[in-house]
Amino acid sequence: MRKLFLWTVSLGVLIISQAAMADTVKIGFVTTLTGGAGAIGNDMRDAVELALDHLGRKMGSSDVKMFYEDDTFKPDVGKQKTEKLVKKDKVHFVTGYIWSHVLLASRNSVVGKGPFMITSNAGPGPVAGKLCHEDFFSTSWQNDQTTMAMGEVLNQLGIKNLYIMAPNYAAGKSMVAGVSRTFKGNIVGKDMTKFPAQLDFSAELAKVRAANPDAVFVFYPGKHGMQFFKQYSQAGLKGSVPLYSAFTVDSLSLPRLKDLASGSLMTQFWAPDLDNPVNKRFVADYRKKTGRYPTFYAAQSYDTIMLINSAVTAVGGDLSNKSGMRAAMRKADFPSIRGPFKYGNNHFPIQNFYLRKVIKDSEGNFTTSIEKTVYTNHQDPYAKDCKMSW
Amino acid sequence: MIGLGAVPLIADAIDEPFYTVLFSRMLILSIGAVSLNLILGYGGMVSFGHAVYLGIGSYVVGIGTLHAVEDGVTWMGDGFIHMAVAVCASAIAALFIGAISLRTRGVYFIMITLAFAQMFYFIAVGNESYGGDDGLSLYMRSDFSGLLDLSNDNTLYYLNFGFLIITLYLSHRLIKSRFGMLIRGAKSNEQRMRSIGFPVFRYRLVAFILSGAICGLAGVLSANQTDFVSPSVMHWTRSGDLIIMIVLGGMGTLFGPVIGAVAFLFLEEFLSEFTEYWQIFFGPLLVLVVIFGQGGIDGILVRLDNWWSKSSLSKQKQ
Amino acid sequence: MNWILLLEQTLNGLQLGILLFLLAAGLTLIFGIMDLINLAHGSLYMMGAYFAATFTQWTNSFFLGVLLTLPACMLFGIIVESIALRKLYTRSHLDQVLATFGLILFFNELVRLIWGPIGLDIPLPDILNGSVELFFGIRYPAFRLVIIFAGITVALLLYLLVSRTKIGMLIRAGASNRQMVSALGVNINLLYTIVFGLGSALAGLAGLMAAPIMTVEIGMGEGILIVTFVVIVIGGVGSIRGAFVAALLVGFIDTVGRSFLPDILGLFVSNDVADTAAPAISSMLIYVLMALILAIRPQGLFPPKGV
Repeated sequence: MRKLFLWTVSLGVLIISQAAMADTVKIGFVTTLTGGAGAIGNDMRDAVELALDHLGRKMGSSDVKMFYEDDTFKPDVGKQKTEKLVKKDKVHFVTGYIWSHVLLASRNSVVGKGPFMITSNAGPGPVAGKLCHEDFFSTSWQNDQTTMAMGEVLNQLGIKNLYIMAPNYAAGKSMVAGVSRTFKGNIVGKDMTKFPAQLDFSAELAKVRAANPDAVFVFYPGKHGMQFFKQYSQAGLKGSVPLYSAFTVDSLSLPRLKDLASGSLMTQFWAPDLDNPVNKRFVADYRKKTGRYPTFYAAQSYDTIMLINSAVTAVGGDLSNKSGMRAAMRKADFPSIRGPFKYGNNHFPIQNFYLRKVIKDSEGNFTTSIEKTVYTNHQDPYAKDCKMSW
Repeated sequence: MIGLGAVPLIADAIDEPFYTVLFSRMLILSIGAVSLNLILGYGGMVSFGHAVYLGIGSYVVGIGTLHAVEDGVTWMGDGFIHMAVAVCASAIAALFIGAISLRTRGVYFIMITLAFAQMFYFIAVGNESYGGDDGLSLYMRSDFSGLLDLSNDNTLYYLNFGFLIITLYLSHRLIKSRFGMLIRGAKSNEQRMRSIGFPVFRYRLVAFILSGAICGLAGVLSANQTDFVSPSVMHWTRSGDLIIMIVLGGMGTLFGPVIGAVAFLFLEEFLSEFTEYWQIFFGPLLVLVVIFGQGGIDGILVRLDNWWSKSSLSKQKQ
Repeated sequence: MNWILLLEQTLNGLQLGILLFLLAAGLTLIFGIMDLINLAHGSLYMMGAYFAATFTQWTNSFFLGVLLTLPACMLFGIIVESIALRKLYTRSHLDQVLATFGLILFFNELVRLIWGPIGLDIPLPDILNGSVELFFGIRYPAFRLVIIFAGITVALLLYLLVSRTKIGMLIRAGASNRQMVSALGVNINLLYTIVFGLGSALAGLAGLMAAPIMTVEIGMGEGILIVTFVVIVIGGVGSIRGAFVAALLVGFIDTVGRSFLPDILGLFVSNDVADTAAPAISSMLIYVLMALILAIRPQGLFPPKGV
């Protein structure tokens, strides 16, 4: 009987293994599809599907097959799923990745193992600097950049005393490092909270009140951001201490936050109202498809597919021609939602950063609009640690 | 067992190297489960913090290879040293945890072992220089100085396989020995063993340490397998998984934990392939195994075996 | 030391402690009386939150939602008890752990099927959504005050129920000597069902009160379940009084650790080290507390009498 059990197991394995398909562009997309952050993954998936629709579901003459995997917000699970994409599904591109720690854990399973890796969100320092690689690209930003822009904004606003809060994981640390790089005033308090376990910020908010700073800066992506804004207002701090953020308020939380976030300021490389034809079409079609404004996560994911398309069409669908695809991607010659941009030597975009403000659109929906450009063609500070040149 | 030995060959033949990795994971968790079974199944000591030793073993490799790669300290990348250090560190940790925990009984024992596991977990979370919450990626695997090349997944598989066989053999010998009798005796009637004059506490502690040390070794293998070390290796859910594998497979039997580990990972993989909502089947399955299958899967298999031989015997008689 | 801050943090600790107590009370009773380790207690907490979110949406009123949630949770608990858990009472603790772990997986997926993977949120009515000025110029979120008052009221009611009523007497008797109670001809199955229903309602109450603070999502009960186990073990399994004291203790230690540890550590090591080590150490504190208490008192602070 014990033997029978083993045979059943092996037989099952044979059944679930699928035959590989030829001449199809296979793209793995690792994101978070369940739990509180599941909304983000869902948004990214919608954007990928929209991009494929815009391409007529084909890249050049090749079919496209997507493999969506759920990292459940955990580095070890993301790593396992990535390994599966590379070894079992044998994908040509591994993309997605919301979370810096998931990306860092998964990187070694892809880079140098054949497929290209393209991050659609996370941008931790090491992969832009020392660990940069010819098979690694980003269609987002490096973590420090957005908050460096915020530091500039705070200087311009004349903020002297700043209180910082962020979650204690890879991206949280980079974001704090970024704002500390450019902010010239005093940092009167800093709390790094447990992530993702801690959703109750009462103890920290009490400290903020006691410290009485000129402003508070936070980085809380996903549902944490929503909870933070709610609790900030419940604690009576909204209105008395101005709150600035990065990646905290997005198109997913805005319809639920409404007035709580009204007037709130943030920095970002993109906004739904960014004026270029690609972005206009993307935002309009995305809203038609889903009924929501796209998030920046969605915008970056759209670009990821367009970048891959530029590579695949450049080599005429010959997926074995990696150097040809790499050369094509380095040109960044594709219709990007951020407008034309260039890649730095580390394969991270050199791009603008804007100050955005939460407003109500003409139909009464909450969205953001660009107030001004903070940085023009900004390159991340890690690029100089990257030994790659081309 | 022979079937398990041939996995990499089959996987290579059908060009699905992923299954070597999957089964490799099964083997490693089997070693962990077998080690826990020594104290849980045979000794009745329900340690809810056994993943600590997986974590210690993993971090020995993670920290060692980090220094080997970044600072060029080659001896710190040596596989034999990793194993020796992992076994010693796990044994010391088990001595410390066991010496305090074994004074309590029942659910209090479960919870105090959990408490220690959580402390180690948060130490790893707080240790920024070794990755903190984000974990450490390995840039090399343990180096067995030309003897074994672990960067080949098949080699690693057979190393895991070898260690599982050794662990099973050791645990078989141990259980049949006087020491094993004592541990089992203390499970069923501690009072009696004590009044006969055996120092039950000391024997239990030794078993606890031994079990921890073996699990530490599994940690070394696990880090090499995943090329990644993070505090989640020793999260309490991982300790829970180990217990579940044992109870699912059949506690206090030699092969029960192996069956449990294989079944657990197999169901996870197979059901999740089959439907996104696989846990809606997996959950009730566990409940059913408990309600109808005394002694886990192994118990069911043994009973089926008995029924089979009985019915074939009766046929022969006719 | 800033006294206002200290007082505010005391309230925060109290609020967390109250929440933990509501969960721990049910768990410790179920454990003490039926000898059942119910890992699915966290699922009941989750169901409370989801029920509350749904009912609030239906009725368009948070208060009506709350009123509907409590009986719904109790009913849900009773159904779970009579279908799955009743068969487990005579089994070993490990069998119970495996089976109730299976239930957790099942409920998580069930919730995902019904309510989707994303999670919900419960909009609070305006009166509860702001902050209130307390004495000495302390401002405190109104909803958290409600949690504290509701929790203390429930604790009092529970105390009266257990110490003054006939059911309470049976519950106390059951916690200290199960066989004796059933030998005396008490309908033990009915008692079990009542206790389980009560525990579920308390867990549901905790869930619905935590929901507006923590968001309603799948698996929300698992992290807090472990802390709840810590509470009942520190308090002594089966003891409501123990659960109350331990819950407040854990609530305070966790909050105080989170708020003051970075500063305290900063006195000894560099600020950077303190900033990163403090969150980890403060998370560790409650486990250190439990290990210390169990090392000194292996049965917890208030072990039930008898046996």
